[in-house]
Amino acid sequence: MRVTVIDYKAGNLTSVLKALRHLGADVEVTESDCALVENAERIVLPGVGHFAATARLDQTGLTQSIRAAISRGVPFLGICVGMQWLYAGSSEAPQQPGLGHFKESCARFPEGHEKVPHVGWNSLEAGAKSRLLAGVSPGEFVYFTHSYKAPVSADTAATTHYIEPFASAVERDNVFGVQFHPEKSGETGLKILRNFLEARP
Amino acid sequence: MITKRIIACLDVHAGRVVKGVQFVDIVDAGDPAALAARHAREGADEIVLLDITATHEGRQTLLDTVRRTARELFVPFCVGGGIRSAVDAAQVFEAGADKVSINSAALADPMLIDAIGRSFGAQAVVVAIDARRDPEATDPVRDAQVFVQGGRKLAGRRVVEWAREAESRGAGEILLTSMDSDGMRTGFDCELTAAVSEAVSIPVIASGGAGTVDHFVDVFGRGKADAALAASIFHFGVSSARSLKQELARAGVSVRLPC
Repeated sequence: MRVTVIDYKAGNLTSVLKALRHLGADVEVTESDCALVENAERIVLPGVGHFAATARLDQTGLTQSIRAAISRGVPFLGICVGMQWLYAGSSEAPQQPGLGHFKESCARFPEGHEKVPHVGWNSLEAGAKSRLLAGVSPGEFVYFTHSYKAPVSADTAATTHYIEPFASAVERDNVFGVQFHPEKSGETGLKILRNFLEARP
Repeated sequence: MITKRIIACLDVHAGRVVKGVQFVDIVDAGDPAALAARHAREGADEIVLLDITATHEGRQTLLDTVRRTARELFVPFCVGGGIRSAVDAAQVFEAGADKVSINSAALADPMLIDAIGRSFGAQAVVVAIDARRDPEATDPVRDAQVFVQGGRKLAGRRVVEWAREAESRGAGEILLTSMDSDGMRTGFDCELTAAVSEAVSIPVIASGGAGTVDHFVDVFGRGKADAALAASIFHFGVSSARSLKQELARAGVSVRLPC
């Protein structure tokens, strides 16, 4: 399985690459190779850090390449900020548009007596028809670290509760996103990454 | 529901685990990679590797150790000890760490927190604070003295104000060690932990003083800790992080189970 991982200089790729390779994927990394991304078999967009970092995808032209790949059915997985980028945007960087594949926008957890960021292991309530979360039982735990999140909507594949329910996974056809870090979520995370690697276009 | 984390800590010197958890039936009790893997298998929510070598020559050994330990580890992995610059941190990330823990270097140059956070994100920066209550201060707990160099030297900072500064500079978590409690096995310093946890919005990891399962229950309740470091859980009458968490669950603490 060939996987193209996009490096847009938002944090550390090592763990994502390691997990994909552990699962037997043939991984290639690119910062700006539009042709490579357009012709990819599978695309992973990782990312921890600030939503503004996704501006680099526009500057390099990769946004259009990803759009083209997605429209021809290439399986795409966005992780953390990579998932948030699939939406219209985020209040973390209001001037920076997302891909807009999902029409909602991401926002910060409301202030209250709970801590923000949301850091640690929290449980998933996955929808029955999700391909990405096939074999994940209700209540399985995954590792989160984030302050912004996507709202629950028709495309939500799993919800998690912290302060309020939010979309911890999103899925429509060949486009998948996870707010948590599957590469840091033990066996459950590896199962989810394996599902992605095995998803048919 | 968000769960309280049990973090296994390995103290490493020259590439070998020198204290912490003792296994009776592991072939190489001093190998960090083997021990980290075993902890992850047995339910630890996260692994911290603290390098206490602190020599220049030790750097390459540490990076090799981190690389070997990270290879088959799929839970969060934090590395501390001897990280003095953003370049040091970058090498440790490159070797496979998800977070770095910085202590003396952050006190010597607080801008280091900003620098690492800018490049790798706040979630990757853990600021470790060693503090001791100051009986002469108006508020001995909130104004506990911060120490550097493994607790040998006063930093001239107070625990709550330093934790707040670390947060404002972009630290993602605080690893708080009570020097009064460390090694005593009489329980975590819950007042100190709660004072810091209430003063910041980032997670606080409690360290120092655990002797029984009840001490963990206490620090997650009264101490308002988000996570706790278990440096030697085998001394607490439990056989693994999993059994520690099972007992915590029975006491009403929300933990990641099954794991």
